[in-house]
Amino acid sequence: MGKNLLQKAWEQHTVRELPTGQTQLFIGLHLIHEVTSPQAFEELRVRGLDVRYPARTFATVDHIVPTHSQERPFVDTLAEEMMVAIETNCREFGVQLFGLDDDRQGIVHVVGPEQGLTQPGMTIACGDSHTSTHGAFGAIAFGIGTSQVRDVLCSQCLAMDPLKVRRIEVTGSLAPGVYAKDVILAIIRELGVKGGTGFAYEYSGEAISSMSMEERMSICNMSIEGGARVGYVNPDETTYEYIRGRPFAPSEEDWEDAVKYWESFASDEDAEFDDEISLDGSALGPNVTWGINPGQSVQVDGQLPTVSELPEGERASASEALEFMEFEQGAPIAGTGIDVAFIGSCTNGRISDLREAAKVALGRKVSPGVKALVVPGSRLVSEQAESEGLHEVFMEAGFEWRKAGCSMCLAMNPDKLKGRELSASSSNRNFKGRQGSPLGRTLLMSPVMVAAAAIAGEVVDAREMLGD
Amino acid sequence: MSESRITGAAGRGIPVRGDDIDTDRIIPARFLRCVSFEGLGEHAFEDDRKNFSDGIHSFDREEFQGASILVVNDNFGCGSSREHAPQSLMRWGITGIIGVSFAEIFFGNCVANGVPCLTLDSSQVDEIQGMIEGDPGCQLELDVENRSVHAGENTYPAGLPDGVQRAFLEGLWDSATLLLDASAAIDEVNARILPLQEQS
Ligand code: SF4
Repeated sequence: MGKNLLQKAWEQHTVRELPTGQTQLFIGLHLIHEVTSPQAFEELRVRGLDVRYPARTFATVDHIVPTHSQERPFVDTLAEEMMVAIETNCREFGVQLFGLDDDRQGIVHVVGPEQGLTQPGMTIACGDSHTSTHGAFGAIAFGIGTSQVRDVLCSQCLAMDPLKVRRIEVTGSLAPGVYAKDVILAIIRELGVKGGTGFAYEYSGEAISSMSMEERMSICNMSIEGGARVGYVNPDETTYEYIRGRPFAPSEEDWEDAVKYWESFASDEDAEFDDEISLDGSALGPNVTWGINPGQSVQVDGQLPTVSELPEGERASASEALEFMEFEQGAPIAGTGIDVAFIGSCTNGRISDLREAAKVALGRKVSPGVKALVVPGSRLVSEQAESEGLHEVFMEAGFEWRKAGCSMCLAMNPDKLKGRELSASSSNRNFKGRQGSPLGRTLLMSPVMVAAAAIAGEVVDAREMLGD
Repeated sequence: MSESRITGAAGRGIPVRGDDIDTDRIIPARFLRCVSFEGLGEHAFEDDRKNFSDGIHSFDREEFQGASILVVNDNFGCGSSREHAPQSLMRWGITGIIGVSFAEIFFGNCVANGVPCLTLDSSQVDEIQGMIEGDPGCQLELDVENRSVHAGENTYPAGLPDGVQRAFLEGLWDSATLLLDASAAIDEVNARILPLQEQS
């Protein structure tokens, strides 16, 4: 019987079985950022420990950095204090930092792949739940808490419970105007926000294998929104081509061997899975969330649910969501007016996202009264976009063109919703208060759909603006 | 630091009702602008407490002050990996949690901090929530050794993964110490996987 990728990578990185019955798992790449690391370094100091393999840890700053002006010191003294802390910690413990004075700075899950650090068969951990993003490369990548950041720093290992694997096959090819974001929203709607608890998701099928690495990252990124801590795609030519030539990729001399090594991790033909489901990719349309968790979504041409028609277990949460959003049950989602449009985040702040959204923005104007932001996921994305003139397309249409960071995905920097504002967002969470105002509201959708909503001033089917 | 056995937790209960309560609600992101976990206790559920539409949030109710066992519903702690969430609950005074289910990263964070989280059926959790709402003085007890919850006169068999139970009972939940024990084996794995090198 064959093995799946998770089993193979797990075995390759197993140090031993712990007395608790858990596995001591070696972590090949550790990524850190300013929010979840300071307390971990502090514990190292208290316990008199070092970083065990500093060359396997990389740091960047993303969550708290302002995207307007990134001049130091920051106006927000708490944010400034966190910047100083990560700078000091990295210097003292010998960890490489892609800080604000470095062209490689950006959102941690954009930076890792961009630098060629994220590679197939690897185990990757980061004190951030969207670490699942890196699974797009056939890595086992997952978010951890600060105590575990401490564990990886001092031992390069984690104490892990075994994971089951659910294979999710997405068949067919996606219709024009339908994107990776629509696929993952459909998967979460189907399996629920906690359906993935205890599982790693293996995404496969024609719709997935024909996707670019950036699209695969958008899918794997939101695995955690379905409760799965890990999501991955088996490595293939698309994966190797993406990595080749990047700063931390294997050299040309070592290339063939590296590819052979990576290939060996892909799930075997006869691999066994704990569960398998299949979804028809060709039947999907653009999706939009209407509620307060990422599982509450409908297709753009669909209606909000009628509570009494929902399965009993979903009713309370649907009622709570409708009340919070101030939406009518049974109403169409299209035509919902928006106040803010946000294109960015580790889900959809990459160059291909900006290119697609720019197609809609080109020659059009943001609706008066809508505040629209485009926030590149990293400085390199920003530079690339500027070299293609995308920033001008956006600015001419009335979007603000910002500097790299997490921005309005969460409420830790100056970009925030106000009051009851309703935002069309390309990010990954529509939780109450997520975007900075405790009463602020979020509709998740693809970057193209956000651009279209910015222009129309309301939720619309972006396919009408895409032309052919 | 924490080489101690944990056999359970006991005290008065505090209910927080609702499924899928995420970590953004437990501790809103603006409070993550800090380099230590100190002072997070007073901000637990801050926005939920301010905007609570259904009377007064349990964390603000007189009768639940000083309670130490949190009783929650399904998929508690989903969302962000922030350890600030269990840290804020602990600093508010929570020493153990009973729920229908917990999100994985949140659960792991609780283990790392020595806070046992036991699972019960949905109807049993409802029953306990009702019990402590009716009688806030009622004592709850989480028994890690026997995997059970005592509430008033009742005893409920509860869920806790084997590895976590052992980690608590044998004082092995301080994972850093445990992991560092295998120094030579760690080096071996490091040597067999690809190094990360920047090309010049
Ligand atoms: S973009 Fe959003 S989800 Fe991604 S790392 Fe930043 S805050 Fe987290």
